[in-house]
Amino acid sequence: MLLIPCPWCGPRAQSEFTYGGDATVVRPPADASEAAWVAFVYLRDNPAGPHDELWQHSAGCRRWFRVRRDTRTHTILANARPGAPLPGDEA
Amino acid sequence: MTQAFRLAAGGAIDRSHRLAFEFDGLRYEGCLGDTLASALLANGVHLVARSFKYHRPRGIFAAGSEEPNALVQLARGHRTEPNVPATMVELFDGLVAASQNRWPSLDVDVGALAGTLSRFLPAGFYYKTFMWPATAKAWLGYERFIRAAAGMGRAAIEPDPDRYEHQYAHCDVLIVGGGPAGLAAARAAASSGVRLIVCDEGPHFGGSLVGESASIDGVDASAWIDGTVAALAANPDVTLLPRTTAFGCYDGNMVGLLERATDHMSAPPAFAPRRRLWKIRARAIVLATGAHERAIAYANNDLPGTMLAGAARTYVRRYAVQPGTRAVVFTTNDSAYATALALQDAGVAVAGIVDARAEAEIAGSLPRRARAAGLPIDADSVVVGARGGKRVASVDVRSASRTRRLDCDLVCVSGGWSPVLNLFSQARGTLRYDEALAAFLPESSSSVLPAGAANGRFGLAAALSDGHSAGLRAATGGAASRLSAPQTEREASGAPRTLWSVTSKRGAKRFVDLQDDVTADDIALAAREGYTSVEHLKRYTTLGMGPDQGKTGNLIGLALLAEATGRTIPQVGTTTFRPPYTPVTMGAFPGQESGAHVEPTRYSAMHDWHVEHGAGFVNAGLWRRPHSYPRAGESPEDAANREAKNVRANVGVVDVSTLGKIELQGRDVAEFLNRIYANRWDTLAVGRCRYGLMLREDGIVLDDGTTSQLASTHYLMTTTTVNAVKVMQHLERALQLDWPELEVYVTSVTEQWAAAALSGPKARDVLQRLVDIDVSNAAFPFLAVGECRVRAPDGTIPARLLRMSYSGELAYEIHVPADAGRAMWEAVIAAGEPFGLMPYGTEAMTTLRIEKGHIVVGAEADGRTTADDLGLGNLVNAAKWCIGKPLLERPALKAADRWQLVGLTALDGAPMPRAAKIVVDPDRAAPNPMLGHVTSWCWSPNLDAWIALALLARGRERHGQVLWAVSPLADAKVRVKIGPACFIDPQGERLRV
Amino acid sequence: MKYSIFSLARNALFHHERWPLAWRSPTPKPRYDAIIVGGGGHGLATAYYLAKEHGLADIAVLEKGYLGGGNTGRNTTIVRSNYHLDPNAHFYEMSLKLWEGLSRELNFNVMYSPRGVLNLCHSPADIDAAMRRGNAMRLNGIDAEFLSREEIARRIPNLDCSREARFPVLGGLLQPRGGTARHDAVAWGYARAADARGVDLIQQCEVTGIRVENGAIAGVETTRGFVATEKVGLAVAGHSSRLAAMAGIRLPIESHTLQALVSDPVKPVLDTVVTSGAVHFYISQSDKGELVMGGDLDFCNAYSQRGNLPIIEHVIGACLALFPSFGRLKVMRTWGGVCDMTMDGSPIIARLPVKGLTMTGGWCYGGFKATPASGWLHAYTIVRGEPHPLNAAFTLERFGRGETIDEKGAGPTPWAH
Repeated sequence: MLLIPCPWCGPRAQSEFTYGGDATVVRPPADASEAAWVAFVYLRDNPAGPHDELWQHSAGCRRWFRVRRDTRTHTILANARPGAPLPGDEA
Repeated sequence: MTQAFRLAAGGAIDRSHRLAFEFDGLRYEGCLGDTLASALLANGVHLVARSFKYHRPRGIFAAGSEEPNALVQLARGHRTEPNVPATMVELFDGLVAASQNRWPSLDVDVGALAGTLSRFLPAGFYYKTFMWPATAKAWLGYERFIRAAAGMGRAAIEPDPDRYEHQYAHCDVLIVGGGPAGLAAARAAASSGVRLIVCDEGPHFGGSLVGESASIDGVDASAWIDGTVAALAANPDVTLLPRTTAFGCYDGNMVGLLERATDHMSAPPAFAPRRRLWKIRARAIVLATGAHERAIAYANNDLPGTMLAGAARTYVRRYAVQPGTRAVVFTTNDSAYATALALQDAGVAVAGIVDARAEAEIAGSLPRRARAAGLPIDADSVVVGARGGKRVASVDVRSASRTRRLDCDLVCVSGGWSPVLNLFSQARGTLRYDEALAAFLPESSSSVLPAGAANGRFGLAAALSDGHSAGLRAATGGAASRLSAPQTEREASGAPRTLWSVTSKRGAKRFVDLQDDVTADDIALAAREGYTSVEHLKRYTTLGMGPDQGKTGNLIGLALLAEATGRTIPQVGTTTFRPPYTPVTMGAFPGQESGAHVEPTRYSAMHDWHVEHGAGFVNAGLWRRPHSYPRAGESPEDAANREAKNVRANVGVVDVSTLGKIELQGRDVAEFLNRIYANRWDTLAVGRCRYGLMLREDGIVLDDGTTSQLASTHYLMTTTTVNAVKVMQHLERALQLDWPELEVYVTSVTEQWAAAALSGPKARDVLQRLVDIDVSNAAFPFLAVGECRVRAPDGTIPARLLRMSYSGELAYEIHVPADAGRAMWEAVIAAGEPFGLMPYGTEAMTTLRIEKGHIVVGAEADGRTTADDLGLGNLVNAAKWCIGKPLLERPALKAADRWQLVGLTALDGAPMPRAAKIVVDPDRAAPNPMLGHVTSWCWSPNLDAWIALALLARGRERHGQVLWAVSPLADAKVRVKIGPACFIDPQGERLRV
Repeated sequence: MKYSIFSLARNALFHHERWPLAWRSPTPKPRYDAIIVGGGGHGLATAYYLAKEHGLADIAVLEKGYLGGGNTGRNTTIVRSNYHLDPNAHFYEMSLKLWEGLSRELNFNVMYSPRGVLNLCHSPADIDAAMRRGNAMRLNGIDAEFLSREEIARRIPNLDCSREARFPVLGGLLQPRGGTARHDAVAWGYARAADARGVDLIQQCEVTGIRVENGAIAGVETTRGFVATEKVGLAVAGHSSRLAAMAGIRLPIESHTLQALVSDPVKPVLDTVVTSGAVHFYISQSDKGELVMGGDLDFCNAYSQRGNLPIIEHVIGACLALFPSFGRLKVMRTWGGVCDMTMDGSPIIARLPVKGLTMTGGWCYGGFKATPASGWLHAYTIVRGEPHPLNAAFTLERFGRGETIDEKGAGPTPWAH
């Protein structure tokens, strides 16, 4: 069972969390094109390897945060609070 | 004579403690410490099973969980369990077991006919035939016979009455396996003061050392085991788990284990769990799981009386049993010589030790001792075949110069040893093939340390020292320790030889997988036909797909495949190791979370009142909600009609506690609401509420509810019951990730507040008697909200009052703190009595809202409808952005032929068919184009008609048309008139009185 | 050599030493008219129908591992066509009709067993949804019946139909022609039949790149070299995103692990395929006697063919809530597969925005039953350069246009379908 590292509560069993999908899809500005909105809602990279994704500690502190996890091995590579960078992010 | 083959002395059994048991209807006796298998052998019972496919007679082959043949049906009262390996059953007094998969008896089995037809039943034969006659159901006919012949034991008919529990633990080091390597590792790890858990499959620790004589640190093996275990047991940081099998290694260094807590007791204590599922997270794991001995595939290597050499030795040394009277040992390595010596000690005649190695290779200390003891050794020889019927009677031995027959009733085979690496592999450890040992050895892993035989270090001395260093590494990461490894004399051993099979004449059966009846010829056939990947081999021949997962035969199978396809064993590779390592009782997985507890059940604060007043209940998600309150002699449908009629005539009250409730507080709530709701919120005044429509990111309706402004920075949102959790997460995500600059705090208060809706023309009359504020139409108009106190016998209850209506009548929602829910409800009932107030349930509530055309998420808002489809397009405010707005512009969401919400009235007095589809011509042949379907329907007691809400293509253009509502499932068809989706008071006057 | 009871008997006389190869293992040619990426059921079926229906001879199937080693080899073998929305209903019914004749067509016993698929209803809302779907099926000419609680109790005596159950059985929707088929047999049957028609089946050959020149397919880079072609059909569900990315295309797909498990084999105890939406669970009994069951996804993007304990616990909890007598049976093996979960729960069998590139994917957890129709329609699309009416709705563009085909109504959340 995965251990998800909550930035506030520490590593907890995956059953305490809700998955939120790809963290790299960013909500476009309100006046963006329909194509940009379609991409935001529907298109995904879905990589086999490191994946930046969102998790919510729904049975704990209820905070959303980001995790970088390898989708092939479930190895957790990094985590970050919202607004804070993951390793390699542009500042 | 009872226990005719029990040795007079020796073994780890208690002869003074006799146990009575039954096998296939016959009574036997065994001793405390026996397994069912050892007890059967002690009584000379060797025929214990019929094989899966060919129904060949089979005996006990091994002494542990790798047993392929001796699967029995265990019965205890009306508890029955199939497919239990007799080698893993601890004997208790009164045990009842039976053989499986044979009829009418083990001795005379009609299924043996399959054996005579075996020529026509090679691997995969079923893919090549059974294709006639050419009908869709042809296979079903053959299947009936195949299914009756397949399967091994029988499932129970009665519900399983036993308890299963879960247990969690964390530790620094988990040691799997309590044999010499495991105990040495535990001793070393414990010395560093870490938290330690040690588990073993068997009831006692000691593993392969039990019953053996050896000297460790100057004391006898059994004394060393006892002393080591006692020291561990006395250590408060150590937990010992006997009878516990580690079955799976999962992500995050979590190990799943199954403890057999009470199976060995003839009278388990009441309320004790039968099995316990452990979930242990360890910082480091030592796998001292030992090795499984392999067989050799020669002709008829499956006759009863054939067993693994190590197992035969275990039966002699540990269980004090003579596994036969005259034995042949067939080996490729030194370990089987210990078996020969043990057999000799037990008074079993050793007719020959057939060693495939050349004379010069047989130089280790064990063979030397065997020679010194006068045991006959045939070097450079192989067993080419065995003969016998229900017991082996002789073997043919081929040496360089001659072939001779040896009479025997016991054949002990050793083809080599395979480290047990299932858990290692599951933990993503990699394996490499070692040519010299003819085995896969562990290569590397980050968190799992194999030790002893599991690590390819065979022999007692190696097990002790390897276990010791693994234990230290696991505990301290390799720091130096003053504790030295347990010392024992190192035996010199010769190298083993690799021998997988012995060629024989065509047609003879050389078994590779005893459990699934897979022979060497099947492997050759698979190779010949091109099923040459190891996974294809497994699936085509079913090698290793039985409950024993092919523990004693897989490697032989893939070695033969390698030979047949001109590849090396590493090139062929192994199949994936899948958990569980040994089969795990199903009941253990959910533990207590099954049956009534498979999901939690949620109850309103007023639940007991509903029960006391005769309510019938329905599931609404996880909630139990009252369906209706039938009176004596009333059907639930009649009750619901009475209740619905009464709401519009007088007044009713319904429990709406299950609605999601979310408090939003902060400076920016109105702006936030503008973004997440389709309609507009900055125009909402304090003390007012408004219906809200929430869209998904793709523009489809997500949820609806009402949101009230209680104070300038304090709002209360309600959601549907089914979406309460989802909406809460949606709000939190938007606030935390998308708009952290907004000052909004959200809190779920669904469970903190109980709520009731008071509806009907007399609602104000009732309410005024209950609350302390002015609820006249002027003071508290439609959509007003406010705080008040409800008068109850024991005092007043603080409440929130919301004037909104789901039923379309004058209505109020009363919210009180949940603890006061029942008191509030009872106060409402009492205050309403003079006005004809009746409680109503979800059925009447549904009728009322259908009459008013109020949509429900899940019915009308089915996850595919837009606001405009539902006639709520005007709620999508054109002047502001909201979630979902951009994708609403997609062409298909604006198309003219979309399915739109309409109302249906059934004509001709016939009932509206449930879940009907709407068509033009009900008798048209399929495919009959569907114009729409009924989303909600009811008998309306207020209109005396069958009505429905429906989604219909171009619905709003079709008002006045007559179409057909059909339900082929119910063989029903009815003419329906299309109209607006509101049947009562379309102007909403009754709401506003 | 034709498979039959006669050839089986004849070969028995020769100790089965004369059976021919089921398929060849050729070396890849430098060029093919069409390449199918993915040697699972869908890819092999595509190749077969390209050869059989359209007479294409110069085709290769490139499989990175062994044939049928992906989801074809690890699903729970359920075959059915009990869908609500028209495009799905017609597609899966076409597939079911192909299943009915598949063993004869391929001369390989795929063991299609129409023993019935029963969807249990545990609440009035369940009944409404099930009947709505069943009525749609019947109006589309597909077999469906609604069974009462009593009828279900008679048909499946060990199912807990008592009123006290946590999720009491109130009724159920039965598709009598639904059932199971042997998954490996489908892959092997299509493989042998395709090979017999000259298709090259190339195993241990992984596609590592797709070469696009001037907006059109020029060939594929593989671990065994570059192979030129103008037509590439992707049939790699679970990995569709990775292959599409090689051609610069993003898909509305997330890969998620789905687990399944079998019990130890027992004598016949369940003759129908039973599913329950309320507890997210489905179960059947194989011809070997094992109970085969599964449930929800493991719920996060993953390319891992194994999952963790929580779902196993939940699946078995659901099983025992419905079948309390199974508690003493044992879990013999658990495993997982990687599912292509789409943003509306429905597949993509379509041309992609690169000339000559098509895909059949996005099968979520329901791809096995689609195997024959997927292959047939994918082959049609490859050859004609446009979809057939039966797969015309399953385009990539439907998401942008708002023409999603969402059976569950769960919206753009892949793991919710």
